[in-house]
Amino acid sequence: MSQKSFIESTLRGFTEAFSKALISEQAASLPGLLQCFDPRVRVVGVLALAVSVVLCRKLAVIAVMMGVTILLAITSHLSIWSIARRVWLVVLGFTGLIALPAVFIIPGRRIVLLPGLHLSISAPGLRSAAMLVLRVETAATLTTALVLCTPWVHILKALRALRMPTEIVTMLAMTHRYVFLLIETANQMFESRQSRMVGKLSGRDQRMVIARTAGVLLSKSVELSHEVYLAMLSRCFDGEVRVLTDFRLRALDYLGLTGFACAAWLAIWMGR
Amino acid sequence: MIPLISLFAAFSFVVMMFNVPLPGGTTGHAVGVTVAAIVLGPSGSILAVSIALTIQALFFGDGGVTTLGANSFNMAIVGSLVAYGVYRLIAGQSEVRARRRALAAAIAGYVSINVAALFTAFELGIQPTLFHDASGVPLYAPYPLHVAIPAMMIGHLTFAGLAEAVISAGMVSYLQSSDIGLLRGIGDFAGVPTAGKSVDSVPLVRLWWIVGFMMLCTPLGILAAGTAWGEWSSADLANPTTQARIEAESGNHAPPSSVPAGLQKLSAVWTAPFPGYAPRFVKSTTFGYVLSAMFGVGLFVLGAMLTTRITRSSHKQEPRP
Repeated sequence: MSQKSFIESTLRGFTEAFSKALISEQAASLPGLLQCFDPRVRVVGVLALAVSVVLCRKLAVIAVMMGVTILLAITSHLSIWSIARRVWLVVLGFTGLIALPAVFIIPGRRIVLLPGLHLSISAPGLRSAAMLVLRVETAATLTTALVLCTPWVHILKALRALRMPTEIVTMLAMTHRYVFLLIETANQMFESRQSRMVGKLSGRDQRMVIARTAGVLLSKSVELSHEVYLAMLSRCFDGEVRVLTDFRLRALDYLGLTGFACAAWLAIWMGR
Repeated sequence: MIPLISLFAAFSFVVMMFNVPLPGGTTGHAVGVTVAAIVLGPSGSILAVSIALTIQALFFGDGGVTTLGANSFNMAIVGSLVAYGVYRLIAGQSEVRARRRALAAAIAGYVSINVAALFTAFELGIQPTLFHDASGVPLYAPYPLHVAIPAMMIGHLTFAGLAEAVISAGMVSYLQSSDIGLLRGIGDFAGVPTAGKSVDSVPLVRLWWIVGFMMLCTPLGILAAGTAWGEWSSADLANPTTQARIEAESGNHAPPSSVPAGLQKLSAVWTAPFPGYAPRFVKSTTFGYVLSAMFGVGLFVLGAMLTTRITRSSHKQEPRP
């Protein structure tokens, strides 16, 4: 590992987080199928589909649900290429790696014998691995589609409308807001460190840099929390959280909700 | 409380993105649960890390929505409680600036991440037994415990645990030299004045009423006849009538004809003071149930009071500036 790579890879992670947030904001404003529904319908509908995929016990039904999800993404004007890079490849790399040994170690009817390796692929092993990967791919694509098509503020409003406690919704909203502030702060700290770095740092020094940066960030976070609290008090915060909820369900939303409910019920019933 | 937890959740989220250089030239990611537990206390840490995981799953699509509960349980609840317990145990009554504190943070970080990983491995490892189709093919995680535990633990015992240990010890060392106030803990949120009415008193009274009501309801257990499936004693397995019932309840799979030797041996190790929720000196079954419930709740209250006393006395040893 080169001496700067830990800083560069951390900076790359920050940039990816920013770009994910920007892509989300852009896609949410497009006139697609998911975007035309009320945010509450989107949240409930997509989560119902994700749960139905998780409960599904048949590979063919999960594959059909994956097809439905792709169709949903296309009609919502989401870039399939972007989803493939952002979700499918990542899930395949992570879950696929976990599922791969199952192909060989689950006993059952042998379908392929790998020459020279003394390993055989079993039919139950292949089915089990395929179910695991396809299920995670479908559920992750559904969640990503929801996140890309719905601004974060609307997701929070929908959660509040669905009776999630106001304290939790407020904490989620504030955390989301300050995540980006802290990422920016950490980004600046790492950039300034990198610009001043001359020569090679030993492993011990590298660890010290990371720990101290995290320490400074922690002190800043606590300081900021006090300032935010004082700002809340100055705006007459009395411990009660008030959220504006002005969503109205139209006929189209009821239609969408029925469609999501039917698809989820069908998936559970056919995949049982 | 809300801004403090929110900022800490944001901090946990950002720290999870840090690449921690590890001995051997590789890097790992820390969770930040140990520092959160040390500074906020276990309850604050549980909330902050859960919120960070929720943001990760809901906004960034990482970690999964349907697994959010399991992730929060393993990383936020188990991680925070283990980290706090190990840190308090090793740090003891030592001076806030003592090197022992940094060592305690490192060990707490290493142990908490590995215990959280062990819980995850266990949850994954029992899935093939619980969820499989008629031909025995696993429907969810495909590996049994003897595969899931080593597979999960190897990575955590080496890289992930080490990353958490490095970041926890490094941060505690940094805070010892530059912001020692945070190491004295803001777990009781003493630094943040609360507005309006007390948020603790009302729910606590309500909780006591609920506990009392539940205790009075315990005799409802008498209505359920027989023994719960799998909770058979050696006497149940030796009784032909109970054996026939077990066979009927187990899909016509006959239980062993004699009591397994291991079960017989272990059943003699410990005799419960209130066997079957019925103390021997009480004739009424209903009263026995209520008495058992009162005894059980009393033990929990006593345990909680002792823990609070120990924690408070260790806090008093560390005067604020």
